[in-house]
Amino acid sequence: MKSHRIAGQPPRVGDSAVVRRLLIALVLIFGTLLVLAPLLVIFAQAFSLGLEHFTTTIANPDTRHAIYLTVVTALLAVPINTMFGIAAAWAITKFDFPGKRFLLIVIEIPFSVSPIVAGVAYLFVYGLQGLFGPALQAADIKILFALPGIVLASMFVTAPFVARELIPLMQAQGRELEEAATSLGASGWRTFLTVTLPNIRWALLYGVVLCNARVMGEFGAVSVVSGKIRGQTNTLPLHVELLYHDYNTVGAFAAASILTVLALFTIIAKVLLERQGAGRAGRPTLAANKGGTQ
Amino acid sequence: MKIVLKDVVKEFDTFRAVRGVSLEIGSGQLVALLGPSGSGKTTILRTVAGLEFPDQGAIYFGDEDATDIPVRERGVGFVFQHYALFPHMTVGENIAFGMKVSKKARSKQEIHARVNDLLRLVKLEGLNNRFPSQISGGQRQRVALARALAVDPKVLLLDEPFGALDANVRHDLRRWLREIHDELGITTLFVTHDQEEALDLADRVVILDQGTIVQEGTPEEVCRKPASAFVMKFLGDTNRITATAKSGMVDIPGARLSASGLADGPVEVLARPGDLSWSFDGEGIPVSVLRVIDRPEGRRFLVRTDAGETLELDVPIDIRASSGDRGFVQVLRGNVYPR
Repeated sequence: MKSHRIAGQPPRVGDSAVVRRLLIALVLIFGTLLVLAPLLVIFAQAFSLGLEHFTTTIANPDTRHAIYLTVVTALLAVPINTMFGIAAAWAITKFDFPGKRFLLIVIEIPFSVSPIVAGVAYLFVYGLQGLFGPALQAADIKILFALPGIVLASMFVTAPFVARELIPLMQAQGRELEEAATSLGASGWRTFLTVTLPNIRWALLYGVVLCNARVMGEFGAVSVVSGKIRGQTNTLPLHVELLYHDYNTVGAFAAASILTVLALFTIIAKVLLERQGAGRAGRPTLAANKGGTQ
Repeated sequence: MKIVLKDVVKEFDTFRAVRGVSLEIGSGQLVALLGPSGSGKTTILRTVAGLEFPDQGAIYFGDEDATDIPVRERGVGFVFQHYALFPHMTVGENIAFGMKVSKKARSKQEIHARVNDLLRLVKLEGLNNRFPSQISGGQRQRVALARALAVDPKVLLLDEPFGALDANVRHDLRRWLREIHDELGITTLFVTHDQEEALDLADRVVILDQGTIVQEGTPEEVCRKPASAFVMKFLGDTNRITATAKSGMVDIPGARLSASGLADGPVEVLARPGDLSWSFDGEGIPVSVLRVIDRPEGRRFLVRTDAGETLELDVPIDIRASSGDRGFVQVLRGNVYPR
């Protein structure tokens, strides 16, 4: 029998040198073509007419307002959804109650429903012809075509992100740590802060990062409820599209590059935070919890 | 602190985990809840702790009805099977946790001194700054015990405390837990499925099957006078010889056993491997040797009777036989139960 084993390496499935190199090459090519190249094009295009043109585009009040609106939306939607996600994950993994499976499905819905459907749904609920429309107008509360609508639509779309990251982890961790803390006299809040949170922080952080990236990038749902009023209710993704339709290609790319930079910031922040955690002596591994469930 | 359980019932969905358990644990006693998996022993322990509330019945700590007191205020120390140490805290922080969250304010020095005392008690001096992932299973279990003791519990509850450890460590920890118990005199209840552990460690053993108590007593009582065939079989290796009772007596070859209180009819005689003896000729049940098992503490014969029943018996190490040899087994002691 012919041995496929490479000297000095343990035998493993698929460890044939040809397969290995082919796979790595394939992944590299796809990664470059699908992800890296388009990103580089954005920056190349954005600066194609020089730095000056780029800065004037960014300095445009409408663009600045779009950046501002996107950041404000994220600052509102992400913390609220983070709290919702933690609460949902906590409820599902630590308590038994009727309707638990139903709640799991409800959390999943925004993943499977097209964002545009969410936008239209909000239109029907808060719009002038909608359920609460007249009441809201009478009270002079503006939800649609204003910041509240944008935030609500973004929250709908990103509701599952944090919960989805936390639920599998918290399920695997079981309830024993919380039970131990409670039996030692800790209150529920104290238990959460000192025992649960430190053990889920990386998953939580990852969920927050994903949530934030999606909030900043959300197009479909927001485009329906925002009304796309230039300089007023245009978020950055909407503004990119608008500039593009104005045949202002460089402007569109400049705005898109800002959006990309915001996303990169998020990822860099995550990596830095992780590094800081990893650098701590004896950082506990989740494996230490293995077998903690019965 | 005396613990009393009165007709405790606990159901999960449709499964009756505990079906009416009444139990009294004297102050300062070390009591084992022993039973096979699914017998409800862990549920009872968790009910005493307040981690589960009983569907019916009541639990008293001393004279106080503790049934509805939540675990946080119940003042119990609970040691989990898989330790449940906080992985992000050092050994010292784990032990200090209960004191830090306590309503009773303690100074930092006070907590620090107490942590060191407890580390000394569980013989882990110097491991203060290690994380749970950096110490062995036996050490983790001792940290878990120190953490539970730090809050001065009225009652100490341990769920399969040595279940996840290997045999040698288990043996040492058993002796050590007994020493700590004798030193502190704290009422202790522990759950195990290991009969040896229960008999080795406990003042009293409570044997459970399918959510009810089938026998309770000192190790001597449950070993010498098992209340039922289940208890007898559960406590250790058992030989089963079928026979027939007639006017209060059971006749088997070479022995006559009392079956007082049993009606005439089919019975089973249960006997430990040490309750049988061997001879190459003479009286007894005629058997042939199947296998000879040598162990550090003695030799055991696996034999088959002519009726096809397999028996195990311990013999002195100077008796040699090999498979196929014929001989006789005498029943020295045995318990008779209806079949």
